[in-house]
Formats: sequence, structure tokens, C-alpha cells
Amino acid sequence: MLDLQKYSCLGAALRDALERFGGEICLIEADRDREKTQLTYSDFKEISLPLARALEDAEFDAGDRAAILMTNQSKWLISAYAIFYSGGVLVPLDYKLTAAEQLHLLAHSKAKVLVVEYYLWRAITQSAEFYNIKTKLVLVTEAPLGADLAGGFRWEDFKRKGAPDFVMRQREDVACIVYSSGTGGRPKGCVLTHENYLEQCRALTAWYPFWPGVRYLSILPTNHAIDFMVGFIGPFVCGACVVHLRTLRPEFVRDAFVRYRITYVALVPMIVKNLERGLRAKFDELPGWKRAILNRMIALNRVLTRNKPRVKVSRMLLPQVHRAFGGELLALITGGAFMEPSTMQFFYDLGIPVVNGYGLTEAGTSLTLNDLKPFRADTVGRPLPGVELRVLNPNEEGIGEIAARSKTVMSQYLDDPELTLEAIVDGWLLTGDLGRFDNSGHLQLFGRKKNMIVTEGGKNIYPEDIETVFDGLPVKEYCVFAANYVWPQKEMGQEMLVMALRLEQNQRFDSALLGEITTRNRRLPDFKRVGGYIIWEKDFPRTASMKIKRQALAEEIGKTAERGVVVEL
Amino acid sequence: MNTGEQTLDEILTLAAAHFKVPRERLSPDDDFFKILGIDSLQTLDLLTKLENHFRVELPDYELQGVSDFRTLAGKIQARL
Repeated sequence: MLDLQKYSCLGAALRDALERFGGEICLIEADRDREKTQLTYSDFKEISLPLARALEDAEFDAGDRAAILMTNQSKWLISAYAIFYSGGVLVPLDYKLTAAEQLHLLAHSKAKVLVVEYYLWRAITQSAEFYNIKTKLVLVTEAPLGADLAGGFRWEDFKRKGAPDFVMRQREDVACIVYSSGTGGRPKGCVLTHENYLEQCRALTAWYPFWPGVRYLSILPTNHAIDFMVGFIGPFVCGACVVHLRTLRPEFVRDAFVRYRITYVALVPMIVKNLERGLRAKFDELPGWKRAILNRMIALNRVLTRNKPRVKVSRMLLPQVHRAFGGELLALITGGAFMEPSTMQFFYDLGIPVVNGYGLTEAGTSLTLNDLKPFRADTVGRPLPGVELRVLNPNEEGIGEIAARSKTVMSQYLDDPELTLEAIVDGWLLTGDLGRFDNSGHLQLFGRKKNMIVTEGGKNIYPEDIETVFDGLPVKEYCVFAANYVWPQKEMGQEMLVMALRLEQNQRFDSALLGEITTRNRRLPDFKRVGGYIIWEKDFPRTASMKIKRQALAEEIGKTAERGVVVEL
Repeated sequence: MNTGEQTLDEILTLAAAHFKVPRERLSPDDDFFKILGIDSLQTLDLLTKLENHFRVELPDYELQGVSDFRTLAGKIQARL
């Protein structure tokens, strides 16, 4: 791999990687079982430089911002490289947000350029807020010929001949603005520098290196910190190959493992659990004697891999299982949300190590990682090289808020010094997560003090961001909380959003009100929906400016009512 | 070709069979995540079954934001 200490910016490191690994395959893109693209590092360079040149001609300058709004595909990475080559700042946006939310973040980022997939652009142009868009240049990928692009240009045609000038950036310059929340309210745009990414990449590859021949299956959205690092920057600076699949259909994901003999994949817990369900169903179909042999092999593998993974041994003991994953899988990387230890143990016992960790967008990608020496399903691993972690104000059990200091921690929240001052205190990032270290230096998580939930799909949901959908609800007042914020528990999981409702005097909670809440709730994407409600009999505490005192209200509810009184929606 | 109502009815029958729930428990406007207790990946599994049945191909993004059988039927009907 490249020695990243020598580089001052991502663009320079990627540029050298394209030269050094020229003949190696860097990208494969498949749609279901149809392969669409296969590019070497040289091909990648040939395609991306004319785009960089066209950006240069369009007066896209150093420090200018360009947003990418696409599902995982080769054009995502090609566009990102062209942006870095031109000295630009990348703003990766989440394609799963609504068009209105995307426009909100786009406006906040002040991006000059937007690279967007056709179906997403179509939704944006139909949004009521579209008239307000300020982005100067829009490049639309995969648009049908002759489609009305509402002022946008076809990405495929946006290229110029001639070598573009490479624009060097310094380590302290901004590389990316990544939104960790704020789709419906106060945007949290994490400003991450080139140093943040170069150091994160160095730390991760020190423990889990890539090399030419490694094939990484990119399933998590590339706008997510994990895939951006392990599905783009990491593999590229090591000469490895990234496989994109244009569908998340479980049967094609399973097929891709075999077809491309995948080495690594990063998955959110929801997908890992889906794989577990599939495997368990297959095991249950086995005749009794075969099942007995399988159980013995699993038990033997568990003993033999107690201290460290031994993939060759595991592949020998459980060949069918490993063949189903392509036969070359070294690890499943998980992140983005809490993963059940039993699921991780299930895979580890089959000889497929699960590398879990802990991180947040504000800290780059990951702060801790399981080093598998030995595998521990009950922790989120040890701090990565260069990462300092502290437990603030620990209670009698040693549990307190985790604070982090590292070269990977963001510099600030975009245009929000007040929020930045709250989040980074004396150089330490206050994570809002609760944890403690065990005797072997592994971090264990015990919930969070923040009013938010993280879904199994790895989505961070802040109640403030979804409350707008209930604007005008015919009640006196309402407030949405993370249930675990109101009723803290010392374990991860069981996360849901709960709405506290204060009815008008003499108002009854009737079917019309329930219907109204349900209808509005269903306007939210499924992973953002409120899971239950509680009727609260007192007025909400408010500040002088009439804002609800959320923390005080949560404490009051938590002390007075049991979690069991929440009525499921 | 199926009418919209026929398509919807077949989808409900297939969903009930796939997730092993009584057909009469499912209604066109039900939130299928909730009524079937499934996540988005299991929904994609169902979509594959439906594609094979109706012989159409729907990209994943067509399902983004869809959570009731009637809307799903509309998406499939549009491609028949």
C-alpha cells in the first residue's frame, strides 16, 4: 500500500494509487447477475480526468463544494476522485432521504456542483422546494437520452479533452462535509479534513490491510463514513478491488459473494441478521444426521479458533458454509449500529470472523475495532492506533460518557460554532455514548445519554428531525423522544421513538386522533417512524422562549411512568 | 392483463404465503412492515417473489418510501 504519511491530501494519494496499480482491477459493477463495468486503475484514470477537466473549465476551484447523491456505483467513486483532483470539497448526501431533506442539506452545504442519479434528480425536480435550489451545476447520471433534466447536464457527456491541472491541498484543508443529522432541523455537517481521512485510513489498514487481489463488496451506502473509507479510500490506496452491486436483494448479494470471491464486506446489523436467518433456515432443513455432524464441526471450530481466527482450518471443517460465501471471505465488518453478540458469535463459530467496532461520523469512521486477538462478541474492541479514549465522570460501575481525542476527529460542525463548542471540549469529542473499559482494554457500550436512536440499518435518527411531520397535530402539545433516553437502560438495543402527547382540556384520545397520528407517521420512511405514544397529563416544561425543555420533560416522564405504559402505534 | 385490483389481490395472497400469515389478516392499506413484522430486506425478498410471479423487474429504488400493499401493487401494475 501507499505510505500515507507522505501525503498531504486524498487527491494526491489516489492519484499515485492510479499510477502505481495501473493494471489491477479497481472496480466491478454488477446489476443483479449482469456485470456492467470492470475497470482497471488505468481505466479509472482515463474516465475521471476528462470529468476533472470539465469541472476545471466550469470554474470549479480549490475549496469549492460538490455534492454526490447516488446509490453505490462506479460513477460515485469516479466523480469523487475528479472532485478531489480539482481541489474540491466533497459533500456525500444520503440517497435514502426524501427529496425535501436532500434539498435542505444541499442548501446548507452551499455546494456549487451536484452529481446526482437520474431517479433521484427526478424526485428533486418534483419537490415543492425545487424552485429554491442554488446549485450552479448539476450533473445527472444515467439519464435517458432526451430526458428533460431541468437545467442539469448528462454526466456521461460532461467531459473535456486535455490534461486538467492537479490541485494540491494541505492536510488541514477540508476534504468532506458529512451530515450526521439535521434533515428536519439543525443540520450537523461534520467538517472532515484530509488529515482526518489519511490518519483514519492508516489506522484501519494497520489492523486490516488490503492488497491487490482483495475484493471488497460495497453494500453500505458510500455516503456513509464506513463505506467511504473501506469501500473507496482504503482499497484504492492498497490496489484492491471494489465490487458494487446495484441491488440489495438478498439472493443477488449471496450470489455476489460467490461470483466475485469476496474477501471483505461491511454490513449493518440488519443485513447480517438476514444472512443469519437464511443460514439457520438452511441448517434446519438438513436431515438429522447431517445436522448432528454440522453441529460437531461447529463445536470443533469454536474450540480451535478460541484464541484467534484460523480461516484455513475453518474452511476445511465447514466447507459448504464457506463455499456459500465464495470461499475467500476473511471477515464481515460491521458497524453503524448495535449488533447482537449472539449473531456475531454465530458467524465466528462458523469460521467467519465478525469485525465490529465503534465510531461516529464526527470521528471519521471508527474509534475502536475488534482486533480478533481473541474475538470478543461482548465488546466493540480496542481503540485504534492513534485514538485516545476516556470515560468521563464514571459511576460506581465505571460507566460514563466516552470522550475521544484523535487526528481523525472532525474540525467542527459546518457554520455552527455553538454546536461545535458543545461537542468538542478542550480537544476531546464528547460522544454522548456511555461505556467503560474492561480489564483487557476493550470498550463495552451501555447505551447513550443522547436523545437519539440508531436503527439496525445504521441510521441515526434524532427526534427533533422527524417532529415536523406532526406539525399542527390537534393536541395541546407533543414531543418525540428516544425511549431509552426517557427510560435509560444499561444495554444496547430495544431502540424506538416514543411520542409524549398532552391533550387539550376535555379532549379524548379517540380513533380520529389515532388515525391522524398513524397517517402522519406513515409519511416518514419506515426506519424513522414513531413506535409508540404516551398520554401525559401535565403541561410540558418550557424555556422563556417557549421551547420545550426536552431533558426536563424526559426526566419527569421517566420518573413518573413505566416504559410499559407506552402504547404501540 | 391483470386489472389493478387483481394485481393487488395476488400480491396479498403471495405475501401471506411467503410470510406464512392467514390471507384474511392482510388488507390493501396495511403497512406491510408492521403487519408482517418485517424489515426492508425481507421486503426485498418478497419483491423478488412478486417479480417472478408477475414477470416484471423493479429496481430497488422503486420500493423506496413504499410501505403499503396498494402502493406496491400500483408500482407493479405500471410495469405489466
